[in-house]
Amino acid sequence: MAAFTVYRARRIHTMNPSRPTATHVAVRDGRILGVGDLEDLAGWGPYRLDEVFADKVLLPGFVEGHTHLMAGGAWRYVYCGVFDARDPDGDLVKGSPSFDAVVEALQRRAQATADDGGPVAGWGFDPIYFGAERLTRAHLDRVSADRPVGVMHASGHILVANSVALRLADQLRPGIDHPGVPLGDDGLPTGELKGPEAMIPLMKVVGLGAQLEGADGPGLRAFSRLAVGAGVTTATELGAPFSRRALDAFKHETAQADFPLRLVWLLRTIGMTPAAAFDQAVALKAESSDRLRLGAVKVVADGSIQGFSARLRWPGYYNGAPQGLWYVAPEDLRAIYALGLKHGVQVHTHTNGDEATDLALDCLESALREHTGPDHRFMLQHCQLADAAQFRRMKALGFGVNLFANHHFYWGDMHRSVTVGPERAERMNACRTALETGVPFAIHSDAPVTPMAPLFTAWCAVNRLTASGRTLGEAQRIGVMDALRAVTLGAAWSLKLDSEIGSIEVGKQADFAVLGDDPFEVAPERLKDVPVWGVVQGGRVFPA
Amino acid sequence: MTAAAPEPIPVVVIGGYLGAGKTTLINHLLRHAGGRRIAVLVNDFGEINIDADLIEGAEGGVLSLAGGCVCCAFGADLMGALDDLRDLDPRPDMVLIETSGVGLPGAVARSVGLASGLTAIGVAVVADAETLRARAADRYVGDTVLTQLRDADLLLLSKTDLAGEAETAAVRVWLAGVAPRAAVVTTDHGRAPPDLVLGPREAPPAALAEGAVVAETHAHFRTGVRRFSDPVDVAALAAELTAPGSQIVRAKGAVTDLDGTRKLLQVVGRRAAVTARADDPRTEGLIVWIAVDPHPH
Repeated sequence: MAAFTVYRARRIHTMNPSRPTATHVAVRDGRILGVGDLEDLAGWGPYRLDEVFADKVLLPGFVEGHTHLMAGGAWRYVYCGVFDARDPDGDLVKGSPSFDAVVEALQRRAQATADDGGPVAGWGFDPIYFGAERLTRAHLDRVSADRPVGVMHASGHILVANSVALRLADQLRPGIDHPGVPLGDDGLPTGELKGPEAMIPLMKVVGLGAQLEGADGPGLRAFSRLAVGAGVTTATELGAPFSRRALDAFKHETAQADFPLRLVWLLRTIGMTPAAAFDQAVALKAESSDRLRLGAVKVVADGSIQGFSARLRWPGYYNGAPQGLWYVAPEDLRAIYALGLKHGVQVHTHTNGDEATDLALDCLESALREHTGPDHRFMLQHCQLADAAQFRRMKALGFGVNLFANHHFYWGDMHRSVTVGPERAERMNACRTALETGVPFAIHSDAPVTPMAPLFTAWCAVNRLTASGRTLGEAQRIGVMDALRAVTLGAAWSLKLDSEIGSIEVGKQADFAVLGDDPFEVAPERLKDVPVWGVVQGGRVFPA
Repeated sequence: MTAAAPEPIPVVVIGGYLGAGKTTLINHLLRHAGGRRIAVLVNDFGEINIDADLIEGAEGGVLSLAGGCVCCAFGADLMGALDDLRDLDPRPDMVLIETSGVGLPGAVARSVGLASGLTAIGVAVVADAETLRARAADRYVGDTVLTQLRDADLLLLSKTDLAGEAETAAVRVWLAGVAPRAAVVTTDHGRAPPDLVLGPREAPPAALAEGAVVAETHAHFRTGVRRFSDPVDVAALAAELTAPGSQIVRAKGAVTDLDGTRKLLQVVGRRAAVTARADDPRTEGLIVWIAVDPHPH
């Protein structure tokens, strides 16, 4: 009787330098019994040879180190992005390349839901592809004159609402004076609502409430289907605030035999003292299971570069925009690091601007003078603007970094011309510097800000092309192997899971990305087009 | 005729850098609420320690406090918390929002303007006289601290005992440059007269004579009233009470505007807020004010 399964593949790229390629992998009890040729594996005893991947290429299951379940939850609403995208069912959804197309997509949903009469909401709209023209309530009034309609921008920082929605929220009135609420010539809001305070009252009205966040069973399930389609076997939730209800839903969902993903949920420090956050992180760690990992902490230091809320060092924003915002006081960040070191809890810090990165470096250096932190593996998340000197400090202090490679494609042109200017845009998300400085690094999508697709993310790091076709930062390009390592072992390291996942070698979880082509054989500029057949997660096969 | 909408709930935003004394001030205000039902919103419970003896219970993230006051943490959702407050029964008489140590209170006040049923009447910023100038020069938070100071309608200078007279005097001169709009008052160990923030209680006009000093609330503060038997130009009155150099740092009262509508006028430092006023003949035509003596320095 066969005690284990051997998969034959066209090729297996293991990410294990001792045995970089192979043709067969043996799986027992959801783990990798061995990888090599058939002869190597036959010594383990009787096996069943499975040929289902005979013409496929296997890589370690991709690890997405910075995503949000909202990427799944969002698909309950109308997709309004410019680019074609895949929904959780794997279906291609056409992009909306004009304002009219956005309105039409929303109109179709409004017609399909004419009976319920509730709000109509969309997401993923990105104004930067439409020049100076803005999507306003006048556009959305064409969708409905009696139902609330809202569209969330791709950045997640701006919502557009129609007149009905504004009226329901008591926002269609003269005399509003708020930087996040632009007014039209009539003195009334144009419908654009910028920043959480302006957006939140309208989000409820247009139906983009907690459901958008996706921090529930159905949201997680939709997210997991996106992951399978992208070859991802481990992903992360870095934004959703903790709730017992969400935890129970995640526990239930991840325990299902057909649940195809390992979820790492970081605890945000928002709404609690640093001390309470670490007590809770320690307690949560004990509630982890194989497919639900808890116990690390996330803190946000500053805002976003394209939203001009990131903290930049001199000389600041290229267009002269005022300095961004702190989301944590330096004293608190220092206290958080000290507590993390003391309790052995890993801390992930969102920094976008280089001043925020400086603060994180200063705080960790100071905390390390008081506490030892063996293999603390604190991570800087995004860390988009760091320069070479900052990478040298990261190396010295033991920081790892998870760079936002996808940003080049989606916002690179804007970074070059508006936010930080050509010179700093070329060093943004400096993968090459990380590599050469020896700072362990991963790259990410921040889905749903950009789509979860590690092959695309790797393509971004390899080619550094912007949406307009410009190569932005030639010197920071990295090779295909380094990029694919970043979305496997690199991201696994960032989550302290590299002993379990991230490479195909004996003893590790049987997590594979199953590809229709060999990413090392296609031209580097075609890396993003390598088809994903599906995944193997914990030895279980999930076609996309 | 439709029923008049309820008067908006007045909101004072309390800002200031970490350690400036916001918590001390808020505990002091809660302790001397004098029957007002105050709702305190804090960024997170970690940033404020409500004195244990004031806490009567906790349920669903809301602390019930002595005297019908409540305190809740809003985390990332200030607007949701404001929404919830409006639905409280009984309604709070007043809301205090404590911003985080790096929060910008002016931005919070403007956001309150987006919530229906609430009006931001002022921004009070607590500043630690001892460390203020060093903080304002800090590489990381200097600009944040300066913005907080510029946001202030009313600036409460704390820890002047630690700073000493000379430094306090120097800080006041410096503040006149960096936050010229703010009315600056010195507090005593983090304690200001509660009415300075919460607003004077409205009393029946008969009990008070025009311009009378009704109480010596604090060494440097005087309280008095102004009566208006006829309609008054409320905008002009508001401008007068908040003019640079005015000694009035807080005022509150109901008057009839030139167009015959009833208005509630609230002054917090250098900001005046005018809102519609429900009929209440007991307090008509009366502004109660608090003034601060010109500082000896």
